[in-house]
Amino acid sequence: MPYTLNLNGKSVSVDVPGAMPLLWVLRDELDMCGTKFGCGAGQCGACTVHVNGAPARACITPISAANGKNITTIEGLSPDGTHPLQIAWQEIDVPQCGYCQAGQIMSAAALLAKKPNPSDADIDAAMDGNLCRCGTYIRIKAAIHKAAKMAPTTTSGKPASAPATSGGGNGGGQ
Amino acid sequence: MKTFIENITRRELIQGAISAGALVLGAKLIPQNAEAAPTAWNPSVYLGLEADGTVVVIAHRSEMGTGIRSVLPMVVADELGADWKRVRVEQALGDAKYGSQNTDGSCSIRDFVDAMHVAGASARLMLQRAAAAKWNVKAEDTKADNGYIVHTASGKKLAFGELVADASKLPVPAKEDLKFKPASEYKYIGKDVPMIDAVPVTTGTGVFGIDAKMPGMLIAMVERPPVMGGTVQSFDDTEAKKVPGVAQTVQLDTFKGAPVFQQLGGVAILANSTWAAMQGRKKLKIEWNNSPNAAFDSESYKTELRNKAKATQKVVRNVGNVDAEFAKGGKIVEAEYYVPLLSHAPMEPPAAVAEYKDGKVVTYCATQNPQAVQDAVAGALGIDKKQVECHVTLLGGGFGRKSKPDYVVEAALLSRKTNKPVKVVWTREDDIRFDYYHSVAAMYMKASLGADGKPTAWLQRSVFPTIGSLFANGAEYGQEFEMGMGWTDLPFDLANHRAENGPAKNHVRIGWMRAVANIYHAYAIHSFADELAVAAGKDRVDYLMSLLGPSRKVDFTGQGMKVWNNGQSLDKYPIDTGRLKNVLELAATKSGWANKKPGNRSALGVAVHRSFVSNVAAVVQVDVDDKGKVTIPRVDIAADCGQIIHPDRVKAQFEGAAVFGTSIAMLGEITAKDGRVVQRNFNDYPVARMPEAPKEVHVHIVPSKEPHAGVGEPGVPPIAPAICNAIFAATGKRVRDLPVKRHNLA
Repeated sequence: MPYTLNLNGKSVSVDVPGAMPLLWVLRDELDMCGTKFGCGAGQCGACTVHVNGAPARACITPISAANGKNITTIEGLSPDGTHPLQIAWQEIDVPQCGYCQAGQIMSAAALLAKKPNPSDADIDAAMDGNLCRCGTYIRIKAAIHKAAKMAPTTTSGKPASAPATSGGGNGGGQ
Repeated sequence: MKTFIENITRRELIQGAISAGALVLGAKLIPQNAEAAPTAWNPSVYLGLEADGTVVVIAHRSEMGTGIRSVLPMVVADELGADWKRVRVEQALGDAKYGSQNTDGSCSIRDFVDAMHVAGASARLMLQRAAAAKWNVKAEDTKADNGYIVHTASGKKLAFGELVADASKLPVPAKEDLKFKPASEYKYIGKDVPMIDAVPVTTGTGVFGIDAKMPGMLIAMVERPPVMGGTVQSFDDTEAKKVPGVAQTVQLDTFKGAPVFQQLGGVAILANSTWAAMQGRKKLKIEWNNSPNAAFDSESYKTELRNKAKATQKVVRNVGNVDAEFAKGGKIVEAEYYVPLLSHAPMEPPAAVAEYKDGKVVTYCATQNPQAVQDAVAGALGIDKKQVECHVTLLGGGFGRKSKPDYVVEAALLSRKTNKPVKVVWTREDDIRFDYYHSVAAMYMKASLGADGKPTAWLQRSVFPTIGSLFANGAEYGQEFEMGMGWTDLPFDLANHRAENGPAKNHVRIGWMRAVANIYHAYAIHSFADELAVAAGKDRVDYLMSLLGPSRKVDFTGQGMKVWNNGQSLDKYPIDTGRLKNVLELAATKSGWANKKPGNRSALGVAVHRSFVSNVAAVVQVDVDDKGKVTIPRVDIAADCGQIIHPDRVKAQFEGAAVFGTSIAMLGEITAKDGRVVQRNFNDYPVARMPEAPKEVHVHIVPSKEPHAGVGEPGVPPIAPAICNAIFAATGKRVRDLPVKRHNLA
């Protein structure tokens, strides 16, 4: 049956089985690959998105549970990729391989929306569900503190401009 | 064994790679094939200039988090005198013309930095000559500056773009005519230039292997034989095919001979979405023929390895006569150490998309080694490797897993079978159950101590299934490169010293993981050194200093061994105890070693290890609470990696190594029962999360003019022994088999 999402400020409909996780709807049906697959079991946080402003693991969120809700992904976190967290992440050069970082940033954004000036303990608690095998945790923490000191956080879920589709690496084959 | 040589002893190809760069330049090869950079002028395989002055640098190594895609191009740009803002980095296809592209062994910089300087300096001189001809001046009276050639006396200048046409007609200069920039004029080398991939990966636009797409592709998942070497006896896909979106199933043959990078076999399910493939897969009914590996059980295997480690084995290094010394009696210390199988678990599981068409394969994949992809896919399909076009995406972590392209072979085989492009996606469960595991190892150590507390004799014995078994069935002894990773090359000052290695059969695929055999060797050696210091009643840093002995370049002559030394000469990369003592002292000083006494459930531990021709010492602080929970407030790492190009990325690699080492020490353990790997996902194969990771990592880089050395891996080996030594100092409990999580420290 068709499901409707308010995805990064835009209404989109998909006709998929209700059990299909939001992660695969985003990646396979909507061609939005910024949200990553890491474990399929809600254990690594690589797929973190916001559902009505709260962090959620898209790999274990069935599309039926997301129906009619506001969904924000890394592509829509800010209109032009300049959320304070994205700026801080780049200034501190947090990423190594970068694969987990979209999920890390989405978890951090939800934290800052709730707690604009988090302590180290707050960050540990909020980020415990996001694995980074490269081991960038120290810089993640530093970048969250840095972003907290920047301009007020862009509200999650604001309309985004069309996401860029080309990036690093050697892109798809079409 | 050809692949083995190419992949394991790639370091021996280094000279070939560097001179290949120069040779290519000397011949002024303009790449003729389709994958050539689309530039007006290609003075080197690594470098092209477009007519508008844009400098295109080819990144021929894979980006998996080290920053190599930014750092090597920085060198070219700097030597050329380019404006970094007008440099575009393009990822190379797999092609032998670049030299080795196998991005592992922590060797990208040391193997290719010279070639990058040559490429940049050659192109610069040609641009200078072109400008000089226009101005009717001497080339040496011009210089390159930020994308322009400038006439030094008059200040007149021409942009690179205005000179491309003329420069491209000039002969490539001889290498002896090249003038390299003095370090004082570097603009990018030695500076923390931002990584080119930082914006894409923080905005969700970076393309990883799992993100790659081809029009009309099917998505495949594979149910693989649960026991390595098993085959499909029969399968029933009736129910699986009823799942909406499932297109078909394909049986894959099990690999023949040694596993190498061949597919594991099993049954593939192909669908129009990942979710449909996952659902269909659950409904497959498969009967397996198991191989003899079904008898593999980690508990009994551990006993077997430990027993072998206690018996006399093959001597791989001998100094003096340890037996005669032991026979004299005195204070004898013995200990056994054990490290289990470990899984790489990169955050991005293996994934590749491939299309087979008209005898040719095109693939987009996350690979550390696109030329190995060409070899493996060509071998599996019976085509020439030139018919395999391998595009390299960003890698969501590698750690050695992604230099073994079995998943690309699966995609290519399935594409040929279905006549469609196929993307193979491994789940996390697939990744953890079917990895090329870091080897399980048992070590036995024995020493006798003299009156001064120093060892009068030292015996070390290891038993582990070798990576050689991946390439040759029946290989059971450690290979020379494994022995050379912190075992036979132990630089301690010992009058009587014997190293031995015993045989072990492999029952799962054994492969290299970040730091490789150094992990278990350093764990045993530095745990044992710590035990000896305690037995001798000495300060542990002082004791390590005395073990390292006088500052010297260690001479291994007449000890029954060849020093592997990462394939590097001992002349260029000597094993220098002075440099090791220097990093040890630096780490100790910076950590406040002298002021932090053992005990009271909070203490420091230390280890110092040379690997990938770099010298690294780590001091780790642990706190152990009353319930036995360990936290790591601080790690100090001192690293002497020779010259470095990007200080911040060096720091980042050591920060990451501290976390990777923490996962190894505290958490990692793969076990098997009935030949089947027990662990499935991050719940039962945990890796360090933020609260478990070190809270602070202070990286102290030794300024050096010595040759560039490894950075990506050498931070890992000292971490596990330093953690366990700290735990002993804090609690009096000695952890001799990993992971720590198995031990009660309350």
